[in-house]
Parts: sequence; structure tokens; C-alpha cells
Amino acid sequence: MSVSLLLDSITLRFGGLTAVSALNLSVSGEDLLGLIGPNGAGKTTVFNLITGVYTPTEGTITFNGRPTTRFKAPQLARLGIARTFQNIRLFGSLSVFDNVRAAVQLHRSHGIRDALSRGKSFHESEKVVADQVMEMLELFRLARLRDEPATSLPYGEQRRLEIVRALATQPKLLLLDEPAAGMNPTEKVELMKLIQFVKDKYKIAVLLVEHDMQVVMGICQRIAVLDHGIKIAEGTPTEVRADPKVIDAYLGHEHS
Amino acid sequence: MNARNSKKWLLAALGAALVISYFSAQFNRYYLGVAIDVGINIILAVSLNLINGHTGQFSLGHAGFMAVGGFTAAKFTLLTAPAFFPLSLLIGGLMAALAGLLVGVPSLRLRGDYLAIVTLGFGEIIRVIFQNSQAFGAATGLTGIPDLTTLFWTFGTAAITVYVVTSLVNSTYGRGFICVRDDEVAAAAIGISPTRYKVTAFVVGAFFAGVAGALYAHHKTVMQPDGFNFIRSIDIVVMVILGGMGRTTGVIIAAVVLTVLPEFLREFASYRMILYSLLIIGLMLARPEGLFTIRKRTNAGA
Amino acid sequence: MDWFLQQLINGLALGSIYALIALGYTMVYGVLRFINFAHSDVMMLGAFAAYFLAPVLAHVLASESYLSALAIIVLAAAICAIIGMLIEFLAYRPLRRRPKLAVLITAIGVSLLIESACQHQAIFGAATRPFPKLIPQRDYQLAGLSVNSNDIGVLIVTAFLLALLWWIVQRTKMGIAMRAISFNEPAAALMGININRIISFTFGLGSALAAVAGVFYAMRAPGIEPLMGIQPGLRAFTAAVVGGIGNLPGAALGGVLIGVLETFAGGIPILSNYRDGIAFSILILILLFKPSGLLGKTEVEKV
Repeated sequence: MSVSLLLDSITLRFGGLTAVSALNLSVSGEDLLGLIGPNGAGKTTVFNLITGVYTPTEGTITFNGRPTTRFKAPQLARLGIARTFQNIRLFGSLSVFDNVRAAVQLHRSHGIRDALSRGKSFHESEKVVADQVMEMLELFRLARLRDEPATSLPYGEQRRLEIVRALATQPKLLLLDEPAAGMNPTEKVELMKLIQFVKDKYKIAVLLVEHDMQVVMGICQRIAVLDHGIKIAEGTPTEVRADPKVIDAYLGHEHS
Repeated sequence: MNARNSKKWLLAALGAALVISYFSAQFNRYYLGVAIDVGINIILAVSLNLINGHTGQFSLGHAGFMAVGGFTAAKFTLLTAPAFFPLSLLIGGLMAALAGLLVGVPSLRLRGDYLAIVTLGFGEIIRVIFQNSQAFGAATGLTGIPDLTTLFWTFGTAAITVYVVTSLVNSTYGRGFICVRDDEVAAAAIGISPTRYKVTAFVVGAFFAGVAGALYAHHKTVMQPDGFNFIRSIDIVVMVILGGMGRTTGVIIAAVVLTVLPEFLREFASYRMILYSLLIIGLMLARPEGLFTIRKRTNAGA
Repeated sequence: MDWFLQQLINGLALGSIYALIALGYTMVYGVLRFINFAHSDVMMLGAFAAYFLAPVLAHVLASESYLSALAIIVLAAAICAIIGMLIEFLAYRPLRRRPKLAVLITAIGVSLLIESACQHQAIFGAATRPFPKLIPQRDYQLAGLSVNSNDIGVLIVTAFLLALLWWIVQRTKMGIAMRAISFNEPAAALMGININRIISFTFGLGSALAAVAGVFYAMRAPGIEPLMGIQPGLRAFTAAVVGGIGNLPGAALGGVLIGVLETFAGGIPILSNYRDGIAFSILILILLFKPSGLLGKTEVEKV
């Protein structure tokens, strides 16, 4: 399942503030690209640009050849871009099961009319959906929690649930926004294994924004570095680690 | 009521309504009137619950949709004949649904408090339009509407309303409403279009409010624009809040209680608004999940 | 030309009243991001306070004099300031951490409570009461125009209050704290600002202004009754939104604008039946097309 995301000279201005400037970024095939940079570099902003929360002031975004610059989140999800959020955004009133179920509905075959007529095809479709949800929950070891309110889970499992939910939309590209935030070292190792597992099993591309160097250096094949909205370096973890511009930008910041 | 037997439940309810209605001539006229009021309020509360409760959009203009439904249905019956009553119910609902679409599409981009103000405004504008419209009797409104609303039509519609709303919300598609309420941004990220769901909730809610208005018109036999103001909208909102926004069972109970109680407490009629407002404030401060809800762990059902 | 100027002056007077009320809405929205539905009822309470104070003060100061009028206004403002702060403390503060919807519903509840309680016979009763003349009624002739002493009074007082407000907001610690909170509440709290105290102050200030507006409105109206705040409140709220909700000069500007427009339109008979509808229509149009108003900034939601 090959994919290609292309950001071409993307600039985003909010009034007088330039958040992102002339950014070129590409993710293709089954890349695992890491996006790093000091605080305020614009990493989450880039995410929001890719996922349609913000519209770029200049430049174009292409996904698998289609220009998606002005597309909003729901359309992008349909095209195959899924994301998680820096501050975990689960649906608080829904159970673990329903959180994933809500995401499966993107590719469901039944709609309002079926829901109202409640005929045989509706019940069959619902069974298919339920099976899909349980399959994913079991795969990610969340099945026993299926009826718990999503926000009652421990932090690490909430993060896992959010990733499962994103995967339920059958994406071709998965964007993870600081998934390791707030995790202890054990949880981080779990997370790294999880991301690797997801990439291998679903054969998708992953774009990862992260502060934690252990995680980034551990799993990313390529890394792009942002500072003040500009890309200052890109390459393999080894190259980036040694790049003087990168070291300069991070001066004064401490990472594990 | 779960997914499997909800249709059987609906048919049973319709059957029961038909049977009871058949014997309605035996009932005390006063209690019959109150029962019909209860049914109408159930329709109003459950339909508003879809908008305010399940989808989390604060609409303060539900009375406007009721007015649209009531006036158009009444006008239709007056222009044609009582035999067309069922058709007039449908027309009332559809016109109200149209109003819901017209109000919803521009407004639903707005967030919380602004949406409340805009829906309040639209409700008042609808009232003012009817108040100045000669075709609908201007300030006096329409009178002499045939008394055609029976227990069957009222509770039959109520049963259908409950069925539609719960069937919608409990389906995989319908989980989207709650997602939009909980977190629009996350909902959009998984492919759910918040605007589309909000407008759908609005239109469906408005439709049933319109039918309720039509039933109301053919029950009270008069339609006065004054009676469909902001206060009327608040009455319905209080039912939804009291019942626990998003809990259909609670909302139904609240509708019953808030229709029946004022009847028993007639002496205290002058205190009604005072008590209502204290109730609103008290609920928000002490028990925002409503009085008639058992705290469920998840919103796994209605 | 004369007719135009005459309407303009009347419009400015009405607009000043709307401006004073609008400032209260906008200030509260600025610090709390919520619409205080009960604000228009505080305006009504101000009028009633003046109504009851007038005969009392007549014993001490000469009735129908500028001095007694001033005393009445100041006292009514003080009373309403306290009422406003009380409402905030009892009904809104407990809900500070809750979703905005809860506070909005509570505000509607408070508004209805005040209105229905005041309508009850035991309190004020629903009937309209004639409002006493607080200042000598005179029509001054200036350059062919007739200007009522009430209008002059409202223009002078409003100008003074706007200047006073500007001074408070720009130069005093309280005012700067208010602005800080409206920009960034968590940061303001971290700077050592006592959020509760400033919010109380904001409510008190807004309510005092509403009271003054209520008194002047009553002076022009045929009488006062518990629901008198609804219509002006709606106009003032529209004004606040037109000017950019949260923006103080915007609220003042919006108020004057709406007052002038309404006065000019008042002459047109067809429109008067639709008055409520028109006010709401303007509000809805603004909210749909330029919710940030004339002078406001669009807020970007951080994801």
C-alpha cells in the first residue's frame, strides 16, 4: 500500500505571525518520518496543516497525487490520513468499544435509512462492524476493557486506544502528535514497540512528532528538524544528531 | 430496549395507542386533555434532546419549529377538510424540517453560546413573522381549528419519535452524534463531518417539533403566535435538562412530570416561572446530569 | 437637515443608553467568555432602585434637582453593583470550571428568576409604574433644534462614564488586570492576579453602568415594569456583538450606532411591527458573517 504525501512550499501566517515558512516535506511508501524541533517550532502546526485544521496561506499539499490543500479533516480521513492528538482526544461519553466503532463507521456500508428500518441488512452490517471492532481491540489488548468509559483508562491505554481508533479508519498515513507525552520509560518502550507493530502489520506510512529523543531516534528511519517554522535539517537519525544547525537550535533544551 | 426488539416495541406501542384511543370517549375530558398534552411534550422533549442532548448543540428556538408546524398544518386543514388531518401532520412536520434546514445550515458553524443566541433569534423572528402575517391571522392567530388530535395520533407519534431518535443514535452511524458532542475536532479526524451531523439532528428534531405543533393546533383549536415565544422554548429545554441531556428515558419522564405537575399545582400557577428558574439554576449547580437519570457508566444505550 | 440633526441627537441619547448596557455585556464576555443573560435585568433593577430611592431622597435633598438626581443615580449604581457581584458569586462562580453551556443555562435561569420574581405581586408586580421626574424637564432650543434636558443629561453622564471607564481600564491596576484576564487567564493567574476579585469587580462595574442606563431609560419611557430590560438588553447585546464582543470601544460604538439607526428607522411605520425581528436579524447577520464584529479580532482555536 504505497502512499505519498507532499508538502510544497507551505507557509502559514496568522495575522502578523508566520508559524510555518516555505516548508517542503514528503512522506512516501512505508516511511517512518520523525518531525522534531524545539518548543514552538511549529510541529503541531504542520500536523494541523496536513490534517485540514488549518489552511496554508501559501503552497500546496498533495496526497497520492491529489491536491488536498483546502481539504478539511473529514475528507482527509476518507482519503486515508488519520491522526492522534497531543492532548488525547477520546470521546468521553462513549465506551472503549464505541470509540473504535465510531471510527469504523467511516467505511461502513449502511446509513441512516438502514438504521431506521432496522432490517436484516442493518443487523448484519452492525455485526460486521462489531466483529471489526473486537478484532482490533483484541489485537491491541484492549478487548477486556470494551465497555469501560474511554476516559477511565490509564493514560498509556488511552493513548493506545486513540491509536487504535485512528487505525480503524483504515488510513494509509498515520500522524502521531507527541504520543509519548506524559509517559514513563516503560510506557515509552511499549509505545515504540506498538508503533513498529502498527507499521509492520498495516503497512502504512507514519509521521511522528515527538520531543522525546529516545523514541524518535529509536524508531524513525528519517527525521526532519523544524525551528521557528523552517526546516533546518533532514536525514537519518545519525546525520541529524550530528548536524551543527540542529545542535544549535536545541541549545539549552535537555532531552533524555 | 435493544437493537433487536425495538421494532417490535414500536409496533406494540402503536397498537396500544390505537386500542386506548378507541376507548377515549369514555375518559374524563380533562384528563384526556392532559394526557394529550403529555404526549405532545414527550415529542417535543425527545426531539429537542436529539439536538441539545445527543448532539450537544444548544438550540433555544424549538418553539419556532413547533409554530411553523402548527400554523401550516392548521392552515392546511382549514383550507381543505378534517379528513386530511394525517396529511396536515406530515406537512407541518416537513415545513418545520425545512425551517430547521434553513436555520441550521448557517447557524451550526457557530459555537455554543453564539448558537444559542442565533437559535433564540430565529425562534423570535419566526414568531414575529407569524404575528404580522395576515394569512395566518396576524396577532390573533388561527381559530376554529377542528379538534382532531386523538390519543392514537399523539402517542403514536410519540412512539415513532422515540423509535426514530433512539434507533438513529444507537446505530454505528448514530454514534457520530455523540462524537460531535464530545469532541468535534476528534470527530472530524475520524471522518465524521460535524456540520452534517448537526444539521441532520436539527432537521430531524425540527420535523418532530413541527408534528407536535400540528397536534397541538388540532388539540387546542387555536394557534396564537404569542404562545410560541422564547419562554415556550425554555419550557422544553427545562424538560431536556431535567431529564438529563442525552438520556431519552429521563427526558420522557421529565416531560411527563413537567406537564402533569403544573396541573396538580394550579394554585401555584403564579409561581410557575419562579419555580422553573430556580429549578434550572439548582440543576446546573447541583445535578447537571438531570434528576431522572441513574448515572450509567457509559452512554452505551439510550 | 434640521430633521436629520434632531433625529441624530435623539439617536445619540438612546445610543448612549445602549452603549452603557453593552459595555457590561462586553466586559463580562471579555473576562469570562460568557454571555450574561441576566445583565438586562440588572438594568431593570437599577430603574426600580431609583424609583424607590427618589421619594426617600426627597426628604433630604430637593426633589427634581440635579443634585438629588445625581445622588439617586450613584446609589442605584452602587446597589446594582452589589447585586451583580452577588449573582456572579452565587450562580456563576461555582460553575467556573464547567462547560460554558452550563453557565449559559444558569444565566438564563437567573434572568428568568429575576423577571418572574419581580413580576409577582409580592415584589414589584407586573403593572407599569410611572417613573418620577428626577431632573427639571426643560426643552432647550439650540440652533433650531429642540433638545430635552433628559437627553442632555444622558449624553453628559455617558461621556463622563466612558472617560472614567477608559481611565479605569487603561490606568488602574484593576483595569489592567481585567485586560490581562481577557487575553490569557492562566497567565494572568500565574502573574499573581486574584482572578475572583477581578471578575467580581468586572461584574460590579458592568452592573453599575447598567443601572445608570436603566435610570436614564426609565426617564424616557412611559413607565417601568419588570420586563423592561428585555428589549434594550437585546439591542445592547446586538451592539456589543456588532462592535466586537470583548472589545470596549466597540461596545460603545455599537451602542451609539444601534441607537441612531433605531431612531432613524423609528419614523417608518411598517418597520415598527417587526422591531424585535429586525434587532434579532441584525444580530444573526453579524454572528453569521462577521462574528468578530467591527472592531474585534477573530479567535483561532488551538488544537
